Amino acid sequence: MSRVNPVNQYLRMDRMPHIWCSGCGLGTTVNCFIRAIENCGYPREQISIVSGIGCTGRVAGYLKLDSFHTTHGRPIPFATGLKLANPKLKVVVISGDGDLFAIGGNHFIHAARRNMDLTVVCVNNFTYGMTGGQLTPTTPIDAISSTSPYGNFEEPFNLPFLAESAGAVYVARWTTYHVKQAARSIREAIQKNGLSFVEIISPCPTLYGRRNKLGDGLAMMKAFKENSAIVNGADTREVGLDFKGKIVCGKFIDREKPSFLDMYHTTMAERFGPFYEPYEGVQ
Amino acid sequence: MKADPKGVLTGAHFLDGDHACCEGALSAGCRFVAGYPITPSTEVVERIAARFPSVGGMFIQMEDEIASSIAIQGAVWGGAKAMTVTSGPGLSLMMEHVGLAAMLETPCVFVDVQRSGPSTGLPTMPAQGDMMQARWGSHGDYEIIALCPNSPQECYDLTIAAFNLAEEYRVPVMLMMDECVGHMTEKVIIPKAEDIEVTPRRYTTQKPGKYLPYQAGRSEIPLMVKAGDGYLFHVTGLTHDERGYPAMNAEAHDRCVRRLVEKIRNNARRIIRLEETDTADAEVVVVSYGITSRVAGKAIQMARADGLKVGHLRLITAWPFPEKRLRTLASHVKAFVLPELNFGQMFLELQRVIEGKSSCYPVPHAGGTVHEPEAIYQRILYAARHSRLKDKKEVAR
Repeated sequence: MSRVNPVNQYLRMDRMPHIWCSGCGLGTTVNCFIRAIENCGYPREQISIVSGIGCTGRVAGYLKLDSFHTTHGRPIPFATGLKLANPKLKVVVISGDGDLFAIGGNHFIHAARRNMDLTVVCVNNFTYGMTGGQLTPTTPIDAISSTSPYGNFEEPFNLPFLAESAGAVYVARWTTYHVKQAARSIREAIQKNGLSFVEIISPCPTLYGRRNKLGDGLAMMKAFKENSAIVNGADTREVGLDFKGKIVCGKFIDREKPSFLDMYHTTMAERFGPFYEPYEGVQ
Repeated sequence: MKADPKGVLTGAHFLDGDHACCEGALSAGCRFVAGYPITPSTEVVERIAARFPSVGGMFIQMEDEIASSIAIQGAVWGGAKAMTVTSGPGLSLMMEHVGLAAMLETPCVFVDVQRSGPSTGLPTMPAQGDMMQARWGSHGDYEIIALCPNSPQECYDLTIAAFNLAEEYRVPVMLMMDECVGHMTEKVIIPKAEDIEVTPRRYTTQKPGKYLPYQAGRSEIPLMVKAGDGYLFHVTGLTHDERGYPAMNAEAHDRCVRRLVEKIRNNARRIIRLEETDTADAEVVVVSYGITSRVAGKAIQMARADGLKVGHLRLITAWPFPEKRLRTLASHVKAFVLPELNFGQMFLELQRVIEGKSSCYPVPHAGGTVHEPEAIYQRILYAARHSRLKDKKEVAR
């Protein structure tokens, strides 16, 4: 009797094979995400997934959930509208570093500032994979990309520090080597009220790895294992990433703050008194 | 379906067009608005922000127009009726998401209170320069519906119509106001809720597993679902098949895009609204829309006082364009005159449709103010004097 992988029920198996390269970290990330939603305590009907454009943007299309493949850089504002129309939904954004932090950077910081109750998972592979390996806002200094052929000289974002500064209530970083921890963090992030952020450092052996002579997918995973250090509660100012440098992983921030909708209820109940009709979505 | 009385301020009001648009949205059942401040549209969202908390609606001021134009689409897939409000520069930023709404067939409303452009232009002054952008401003091929109110009353009425059309055809509908109509204050009658027709969202009755998000059937318009109802559906801005799954080939693309275009073109007769005055025996017909139609009205009065047979065709729907009706009129009309606050956008469409069967004269204007009635009047006179009824056979040859 053949045994079916338990994650299959969460995948659109009629869409396999997927488009991702061998050695890519996206399959691992999707696995971690499925483990997270299996254990998060919400029925799958209640979970919506929103992606932008790019290799990671394709995640929404492979997950058997209510899933939205939107425009480049804009999954967060789409998710904001979805969440506000039906606050019972748990809305998760999964997208890449270019999508979320270059073209979509403004939306991320504002969602964090408002403490919109969303989970944002950024699969950070330091490059635009879908378009052939260009420079992103997270490409480390000195790394080669197709649009930084002499080595990157722009300061990259330190995403956990950015997320914390903008107001996120939950901030964690793992690599695709840390599957158990990543799954746990994504689960905690979904359960958290407010803007939660999980960065997954992921190998792109086809483009970023090849150009920077980092070896195949397995070699990049080994490097994640050897070069990473788990420091829960680390000061996010100290966790910026250098080319081939130490990758500090862990849960950095876990704090309580009222979400956008909490503040909305409080403010309107105060102003309108008995005339306020508690907002429960537009159902 | 009748309007939910909760949002309906029944009675006679003294409102400007922006505020009337807000009330129209409330009457239509809109309960989600995302917007970003921009003159001369801001009063719409200011009133929405004040009105929504007491009627169970949600307004959010987003970080920019790009975010606003996709937040409304998230809200629609979450079950809301939703709109965003802007002016030309903001509409330019929203264009990618007009395309997304067309591709995903997300019913939603974009309100554009037009001001003079290009670029920052004259922010507090009127224009009608966004008409072509409204039609095809996003990349790729698609059709939308655009409505042009010419009074605060119509801002109210056509906002409701915009929501109803959006639901009926699952299409983004553009409400093309202008600074004058938006800031003009007049009497606005808001009917009783039971007298307001509202088109509800058309949800599937099929069970999860059976339902295909883009199976259109004969109506050409597929039925919707919303997130959270257990359908575990997928939608994508990529070319997709009936399952909503990406389909990366020319045949699938033809099927996908052809239907987006045809569902509007094939239903144009049902969608188009226009208002005709004295066109039956007219030698010259003035075609106008929005605020310019009111100035044109004065010019037509002046010409009639001179004994000229002048008719008026006011476009309430700019897109789809009333091609058939204009071609019919061209059989007995010597000339068409089209004044607009741009250098010839709808005029190009008129010329295309008339195919040389009658003369067509533009009355261009850069915007910043409205036409002088005299300018339109002079054009009517010129048209009447210099055009002759063309030999139809000659044209056909």
